Amino acid sequence: INHIVHNGGLYKRPFNEAFEETPMLVAVLTYVGYGVLTLFGYLRDFMRQWKIEKCQNATEREEQKDFVPLYQDFENFYNRNLYMRIRDSWNRPICSVPGAKVDMMERVSHDYNWTFTYTGRVIKDIMNMGSYNYLGFAQNAGACQEAAAKVLSQYGAGVCSTRQEMGNLDKHEELEKLVARFLGVESAMAYGMGFATNSMNIPALVGKGCLILSDELNHASLVLGARLSGATIRIFKHNNMQSLEKLLKDAIVHGQPRTRRPWKKILILVEGIYSMEGSIVRLPEVIALKKKYKSYLYLDEAHSIGALGPTGRGVVEYFGLNPEDVDVMMGTFTKSFGAAGGYIGGKKELIDYLRTYSHSAAYATSMSPPVVEQIITSMKCIMGEDGTTIGEARVQQLAENTRYFRRRLKEMGFIIYGNEDSPVVPLMLYMPAKIGAFGREMLKRNIGVVVVGFPATPIIESRARFCLSAAHTKEMLDTALKEVNEVGDLLQLKYSRRRLVPLLDRPFDETTYEETED
Amino acid sequence: FQAPAYHLILEGILILWIIRLLFSKTYKLQERSDLTLKEKEELIEEWQPEPLVPPVPKDHPALNYNIVSGPPTHIITVNGKECINFASFNFLGLLNNEKVKSAAQASLKKYGVGTCGPRGFYGTFDVHLELEERLAKFMRTEEAIIYSYGFATIASAIPAYSKRGDIVFVDEAACFAIQKGLQASRSNIKLFKHNDMADLERLLKEQETEDQKNPRKARVTRRFIVVEGLYMNTGDICPLPELIKLKYKYKVRIFLEESLSFGVLGEHGRGITEHFGINIDDIDLISANMENSLASIGGFCCGRSFIIDHQRLSGQGYCFSASLPPLLAAAAIEALNIMEDNPDIFQTLRDKCERIHKALQGISGLKVVGESFSPALHLQLEESCGSRENDVKLLKRVVDYCMNSGIALTQARYLEKEEKCLPPPSIRVVVTVEQTEQELDKAASLLKEAAQSVLN
Repeated sequence: INHIVHNGGLYKRPFNEAFEETPMLVAVLTYVGYGVLTLFGYLRDFMRQWKIEKCQNATEREEQKDFVPLYQDFENFYNRNLYMRIRDSWNRPICSVPGAKVDMMERVSHDYNWTFTYTGRVIKDIMNMGSYNYLGFAQNAGACQEAAAKVLSQYGAGVCSTRQEMGNLDKHEELEKLVARFLGVESAMAYGMGFATNSMNIPALVGKGCLILSDELNHASLVLGARLSGATIRIFKHNNMQSLEKLLKDAIVHGQPRTRRPWKKILILVEGIYSMEGSIVRLPEVIALKKKYKSYLYLDEAHSIGALGPTGRGVVEYFGLNPEDVDVMMGTFTKSFGAAGGYIGGKKELIDYLRTYSHSAAYATSMSPPVVEQIITSMKCIMGEDGTTIGEARVQQLAENTRYFRRRLKEMGFIIYGNEDSPVVPLMLYMPAKIGAFGREMLKRNIGVVVVGFPATPIIESRARFCLSAAHTKEMLDTALKEVNEVGDLLQLKYSRRRLVPLLDRPFDETTYEETED
Repeated sequence: FQAPAYHLILEGILILWIIRLLFSKTYKLQERSDLTLKEKEELIEEWQPEPLVPPVPKDHPALNYNIVSGPPTHIITVNGKECINFASFNFLGLLNNEKVKSAAQASLKKYGVGTCGPRGFYGTFDVHLELEERLAKFMRTEEAIIYSYGFATIASAIPAYSKRGDIVFVDEAACFAIQKGLQASRSNIKLFKHNDMADLERLLKEQETEDQKNPRKARVTRRFIVVEGLYMNTGDICPLPELIKLKYKYKVRIFLEESLSFGVLGEHGRGITEHFGINIDDIDLISANMENSLASIGGFCCGRSFIIDHQRLSGQGYCFSASLPPLLAAAAIEALNIMEDNPDIFQTLRDKCERIHKALQGISGLKVVGESFSPALHLQLEESCGSRENDVKLLKRVVDYCMNSGIALTQARYLEKEEKCLPPPSIRVVVTVEQTEQELDKAASLLKEAAQSVLN
């Protein structure tokens, strides 16, 4: 289904998002594939149980054999029989800076992925299409690294205390003022881990008697934060505004279940870019709904901050909206800033409340000073305050790379999910065997990609995910595209039935529409 | 042959009923069908939510942070005043160590700052693998796993093993991270009185009688005991040998949280198992954070491969979060090197703790809470003034007096509404190897003075 929406003037630019339907034959073959694997899984389990085959799992201690078993056998069925076969596609160890090209440590397995040994050889200059390095700030030389080195020699690596006790350094205050300025909000607070930012602050904002409306495909940290808060959670279909509106109407009209009391507050949890789908949230419509039904919006910009918008301020700028409309703007520093940690920005009352009542402020160690310095330097670079135009150039380069790469892949005939402007590009694989094959074939050709299967995605929708970066030049992208084309032909991955007419080389212009022929 | 008439009639009615069901609208239990569209719109107009956050009073004690200018080392500049640091958990003084800083610098030059990905997707660096190996070797276990945030370590480890329906026996004084891990696991929590083995045994016996009523359920219900080596909230240690006996008697697994005791207790700093001389394989999982003795960021869990390997796919803070920045991992490795090369610093630290513990006895109005060899002590009011708010204000005055005279202290901070068993307000006193004997004596005498002037 292809949406090109201009919903009543809410959108100032075309919103092109596509999730092509799985072809019927492919779906059937995928199920057959999983069926065969499950049968073989049972067979191997049977053989292991009757000692025909050696069991290579780690086992319980002799002294504790009569304790209640720690793991259910069935829980691990998927792990033992399906995941173990293609385990070498994940946890690949690298030994250089995770920039556009990366060095990987070679590892081999002589017992079908049960154990790995390192040969000691290093595979050099693998093109890195898996790291979240959107603006190319993962560098080991340059202004950011030098500033971080200076702060490291002055402050040391750790902090050894919490924010509320003795861990609030002057660097943290500087960072928070800068983040607030960057986002265009009144005030901001920074935390040491992006995952923990969600799981520790959502419980501080909502509690029992409140309602959380969360998108179907929200990240594990948002789901955990929502669960820990104790509020009622209702899920709306992914990016579907009719579903969200229906839930809002029902909630206000009918109140809490059974007692019918009105809800204390309603919080909508959405993400800027969904990392498995590559879709962008329909923010103008969400804000219109939020204002109509008087609820609060929590926007998780983990992937979209720095990556969207003409000056990299995220999805709010991308749609040309006012940052004050979003009640809680959350994001992480891991992806576009090349550091680690998360932040929350919003009105001063909100941040004062979080300074007092956030779990992280009271119990968790504050951020490490060199990491803080990296964020400060890279943020100033993006804003142009360091006197150069590097930041601006990188944001433009990322946008160009995104559009070029997506267009070329669609022309080749692959099924690509997601929005045209999102730097996360999921390429559908579907069949379980192709997951491992794609990863290995691309590595043979010196390109590192990320492949994902169940349980991160629905069971038949496994995919390969490319993360574009401003550090990728056009030549690198062309090489990658050539290899992807070759592997796509080899593995028969070109499932798309809508052939796009290749556009003549036009300059990148936002009002260009795709021409499709059926 | 003909079917009897009533048979045909009955079948006819059945078919008509099925057709009716197929074409009738779906029946929703919650739909209040007596509301018109206009009434619904009025309800939507009238509904007023609470404000997103309630206002916080300007003088709330936790709102105004101390601002530390410069590194939080032995001599610390707090709010513009230079003081001796008795508040940061820098037990072994490794925060300012030149070797640690140069190892981190080398790593920064090679890898940059961030890892730009979780462990599964090109976020595993050789430094991470090396740190895990070194930690496993140091603690003499099979395997170790690193997390990028100290709080998330135990909060992700517990839900990976304990699920809905399992039973966890946990000490009342367990820290907040453990409480959050237990909440995320949705298991049955049974609290036992702090360090009271008799109470724990009573709970275990009760569970045993429950099991006999329903043996089939008991066979699949996992049981765990979660304790800390050195409790953050009370400063004392858990009686590990008795716990091991209870473990084998009632077939319960033990999870040990060693954030404060790692690098403090034991001859070589291996924690409470070395302190009591217990075989490390008897403990199922040891979890600690690297933010205290190792003066880095992050945390680790160690134990047998059978147990630790499971967290690589089910630990939420491991799979769904970016990995630890390499410079912090390199700093931790160098800190471990220093710990292994100088095993006498642990005894030096313990001697200093004994000294200040003795020196702080007998202050009128304040009592010392914690073991004599614990580097993180609490000073609580002997008599409360009536309300927690007033106690906090009084302790703040003591802390301010000390800060004005050059000793940096802090109150122990808690989230009052969220803790299960809220400890009484207290001043935290932290001992590090870098403090000289004169400084320890000065701190003790200053606290005596402060207590005299404020509390009398």
